[in-house]
Amino acid sequence: MQTFDVAENGLRELNQTLQAQSVDTNQTNWEVKNPKGSHAIAVGLDAPIEVTVKGSTGYYCAGMNQQATVRVEGSVGPGVAENMMSGTVVVEGDASQYAGATGHGGLLVIKGNASSRCGISMKGIDIVVQGNIGHMCAFMAQAGNLVVCGDAGDALGDSLYEARLFVRGSVKSLGADCVEKEMRPEHIEILKDLLDRAEIDAKPEDFKRYGSARNLYNFDVDNSAAY
Amino acid sequence: MKDMDSRIPRTMPIQSATFTNEINAEIRRAAATGIYDIRGGGAKRRVPHFDDLLFLGASVSRYPLEGYRERCDTSVTLGTRFAKNPIKLDIPITIAGMSFGALSGPAKEALGRGASAAGTSTTTGDGGMTPEERGHSTKLVYQYLPSRYGMNPNDLRKADAIEIVVGQGAKPGGGGMLLGQKISDRVADMRTLPKGIDQRSACRHPDWTGPDDLEIKILELREITNWQVPIYVKVGATRPYYDTALAVKAGADVVVMDGMQGGTAATQDVFIEHVGLPTLSCIRPAVQALQDLGVHREVQLVISGGIRTGADVAKALALGADAVAIGTAALIALGDNDPKWESEYQKLGTTTGAYDDWHEGQDPAGITTQDPDLAARVDPVDAGRRLRNYLKVMTLEAQTIARACGHNHLHNLEPEDLCALTMEAAAMAKVPLAGTDWYPGKAGF
Ligand SMILES: Cc1cc2nc3c(=O)[nH]c(=O)nc-3n(C[C@H](O)[C@H](O)[C@H](O)COP(=O)(O)O)c2cc1C
Repeated sequence: MQTFDVAENGLRELNQTLQAQSVDTNQTNWEVKNPKGSHAIAVGLDAPIEVTVKGSTGYYCAGMNQQATVRVEGSVGPGVAENMMSGTVVVEGDASQYAGATGHGGLLVIKGNASSRCGISMKGIDIVVQGNIGHMCAFMAQAGNLVVCGDAGDALGDSLYEARLFVRGSVKSLGADCVEKEMRPEHIEILKDLLDRAEIDAKPEDFKRYGSARNLYNFDVDNSAAY
Repeated sequence: MKDMDSRIPRTMPIQSATFTNEINAEIRRAAATGIYDIRGGGAKRRVPHFDDLLFLGASVSRYPLEGYRERCDTSVTLGTRFAKNPIKLDIPITIAGMSFGALSGPAKEALGRGASAAGTSTTTGDGGMTPEERGHSTKLVYQYLPSRYGMNPNDLRKADAIEIVVGQGAKPGGGGMLLGQKISDRVADMRTLPKGIDQRSACRHPDWTGPDDLEIKILELREITNWQVPIYVKVGATRPYYDTALAVKAGADVVVMDGMQGGTAATQDVFIEHVGLPTLSCIRPAVQALQDLGVHREVQLVISGGIRTGADVAKALALGADAVAIGTAALIALGDNDPKWESEYQKLGTTTGAYDDWHEGQDPAGITTQDPDLAARVDPVDAGRRLRNYLKVMTLEAQTIARACGHNHLHNLEPEDLCALTMEAAAMAKVPLAGTDWYPGKAGF
């Protein structure tokens, strides 16, 4: 186990050190002490290393992650795992706005609640939230899966493209072009796998699925009120 | 019908200056279709522009430099503030961001070839980085847009600079638009979207709002790219003084300011013609902001929107810009709106010079299309050579003017070299009306 103290050695050295790890590094376990809400902690990683952040972080923790597993033992500020490509990010606490924004791949697990715009513009990432999510989540979401074990706020999935949304609790309101869809066996399979990987004990059958009605995919003047 | 009595004099038919034939046609079109007009290009209306300025040239008090014999340098370095590797360009004319998707693959390749041969940079656009473009551009600026289509850290690290796009002059406050006709398999794949849908990309960044967030976003991008490459912030010209100041405060290396004449691949005509400031009017306020913060020349200013000639380049530089960017003019150099396609323009209901339905993907010149047959009309080597020639000519023209004004570097051009032909231009550029020593707003006016 390698230990890195952000308070002592600074952000620049932290990211430089973690980014320098290659695919076959034998320093695979890292502990990051004293994050103290710093922004851009453990960003741009690109190796199969495990990083545990001992405390809460500011904006963009684990941004653009590839391959690495980043676990935050605290809460995270806006844009955790933004534009993640692969790997896993686990947040033990809550997440602020835009969690997993524009993520192209990988798995983001939030054990607490996520704020508004979670999964905005997601492009293939899988996001599992054990608690509730705020308003405008999965806005313009293009691909990937958003799983919510609690409740969803207003305008879920507004202007959704092809992402799948699974919610166990209530949905305050659906956004434009987002509709409830039938849960077919293949969706149960996808959901089961995601819950397993997120280490969350929940029954896939208890969830409802939401997706795009695809009515806004091509402009139609009779839909102009929805734009 | 009663015949007119030819003995009674009649009022001539008078066309309204308010309800012009163009306006009336647009009302009929809107009534028939129920949708606003979408088009490419920039503002077509006349607004105060560089044509309204003149250079004074040398005189008794200023001596000129000898054309061809005395040097007049043209190089510029962008990103000297924070980046470890600033971009060194031979000429202060760059190629603006234009997306693959809006433009065909061969057109993008031609831009890369032409710009590289002229010693300058090209810029990606909405839709990500293509291997053609990276391969043929010695200096490539990678745009970081609200849509984040194709955004990934590997391409980010391949870039020579990063340009965070806040807005565009053609549509400040508007997002991207790429209609179904142009979403081919490859474009759909790069953007993670279904084929053939109308793609309207976001107008705001998904994970930050406002200048304080922007500062943190810039920090993140620098951390990911190891503080190696310059970070530009591109804005549409609306509040040039404050936007420049806020971009500097957020940590930008370069500010790109795009005026309302700036082209776009597609947006609403009403947006293009009615939102934003003319290019001429945004330069002095942006320079003032840099000067007030003590960073003029340390944070570079790139101006775009309607740059066509070496004279435009020289005027933008004289007003304090470090470089300019061109979009539309580069496309014309590649062959856009060429008279040789006139019969095809006619078939599309338009004519050479007026063709702007770039969103429809039927461009006879093969530039703003994803149709492989049309795209094949662009020979990237040939078109690249034309762009190189054009960039060289613009540079020579700017040098000619600079030497005539007695300067051994384009950056030594200054507002004192200029006068204005109109009151409007005098007020916007803060240079005296020709033959006078005053401009509106100057004390004592
Ligand atoms: C076909 C086309 C596509 C464009 N695509 C983008 C884009 O993807 N991102 C962007 O920031 N600006 C885009 N622009 C705007 C240019 O970057 C630039 O601001 C503008 O073209 C400059 O004005 P000019 O065309 O008068 O030279 C595009 C412009 C054109 C003509």
